[in-house]
Amino acid sequence: MEKTAWEKVKLARLASRPTALDYIDNIFDEFIELHGDRYYRDDESIVCGIGSIGNSKYTIIAEQKGRNTKENIMRNFGMPNPEAYRKSLRLMKQAEKFNRTIVTFIDTKGAYPGIEAEQRGQGEAIAKNLIEMARLKTPIIAFVIGEGSSGGALAIGVADKVIMLENAIYSILSPEGFASILWKDSSRVQEAANIMKLTAKDLYDMGKIDKILKEYIENEKFSVEKIAADMKEEIESFNKEYKTINSNELLSKRYNKYRSM
Amino acid sequence: MERKITKVPDIPVGKWVKCNKCKEILYKEDVHNNYSICPNCGYHFRLSSRRRIKQIVDEGIFNEFELNIETPNPLNLADYSKKIEILRQKTGIKEAVLCGIGKIDNEETVICVMDGNFLMGSMGYVVGEKITYSIEKAIEKRLPLIIFCVSGGARMQEGIVSLMQMAKTSAALARLDEAGLLYISVLTDPTYGGVTASFASLGDIIISEPETMIGFAGPRVIKNTIKQELPEGFQTSEFLLEHGFIDMIVDRKDMKNTLSRLLRLHKNED
Repeated sequence: MEKTAWEKVKLARLASRPTALDYIDNIFDEFIELHGDRYYRDDESIVCGIGSIGNSKYTIIAEQKGRNTKENIMRNFGMPNPEAYRKSLRLMKQAEKFNRTIVTFIDTKGAYPGIEAEQRGQGEAIAKNLIEMARLKTPIIAFVIGEGSSGGALAIGVADKVIMLENAIYSILSPEGFASILWKDSSRVQEAANIMKLTAKDLYDMGKIDKILKEYIENEKFSVEKIAADMKEEIESFNKEYKTINSNELLSKRYNKYRSM
Repeated sequence: MERKITKVPDIPVGKWVKCNKCKEILYKEDVHNNYSICPNCGYHFRLSSRRRIKQIVDEGIFNEFELNIETPNPLNLADYSKKIEILRQKTGIKEAVLCGIGKIDNEETVICVMDGNFLMGSMGYVVGEKITYSIEKAIEKRLPLIIFCVSGGARMQEGIVSLMQMAKTSAALARLDEAGLLYISVLTDPTYGGVTASFASLGDIIISEPETMIGFAGPRVIKNTIKQELPEGFQTSEFLLEHGFIDMIVDRKDMKNTLSRLLRLHKNED
């Protein structure tokens, strides 16, 4: 039986859900992490690096939640500060320079809402990623692997192809936020989840994402290997197809995709 | 400076307004004749888009783009369409932004003015579409672009559709940038969320009115997250200037003149 949207929200947030690094380890033959935005610090809520599958090279940008408390503190619970977006942009521009396809993994409750994040221009950092991703002359593929919440998700999500895992969610804000702002009642969170059209299926039906991947889930256990194998196949066929498109055509395709939204 | 304002028995309703800052009771017309700035303390009242346009374009002549875009209801919310209809009647505008072409000291410019009276200037499909259309018009006609921002952020009633407007408007601005055209973003009180995280922050030049609240996350959300009080002056335009995110703070009385000078300084030599 098809799960309700609220059940999917819970699955998308499940502590045992695989994180970006679990997929990266299984997809790429090789991965070297690169750090820092070159302005302020290294924010580990986004992992960036370069990797390969066979002969093909990729730049990888991934929102990373912790897999335990210690990691979660280090990763700021997967909520990026502006420097995480600036690090991502630095490395996406490098991808353009070296003609590498960009692969992003989206999994965040949102950009971090903190005093220092505002001081350092959270809004500016996200906006800059949006405008630059729209014109990067290299193919971009994005996977929404867990929670894709708000501008904090979109900031690494402007892509030629957007794929969601079947129980991932993608939305303008959390169902809690939606219920508390719209109805002034955060207890109506399940109802909010069920009307927000935040599931992969809803978004696919609305034409906002391009594909859904199966999660091979049994008793709340995910088969990382199987999911990663499907992702790898997607990345390779995307790379093969999009690498041959000249950059003018690539950019106008990407423009038209977002222009029609 | 305490003034007695307690006894105002026979003032006709609607002719007076209280200043949010100095609490002075002011005659509305005096405020309107003063750029909607408090004559007593300089507080900038929020402006409707129509009033803003009157203050900025020559003789108030503004050729609004004729776009009849219906506000969609992608989440099929029960009251949303009705709410929009009521707002249209109440405000006399169709959506949260007015877009068109006007002259500023004779310089032809594409101008978008958001309106906080319309669902707090939130950006849904129509706002995103009209702004994108305006950017494309600026490119087509090779004109500079000015956007006056006021917004609570993306319009959550439209779900993911509103999120995608951030990508759409930003992609259009990338093209404007490539075309070598000037974009001035003017931030007015308040500018937040998805608007701050897209076109509001992407101006070649970013101006703000004094004492404007600007941010990505709202103060209440931040307070709930970090569980501590926010510093005084946090997220004001003065705070943003200090931290390097805006070019200047301009009093409303000087806004037209400042924009006019900037437009002239960007004219090609010939």
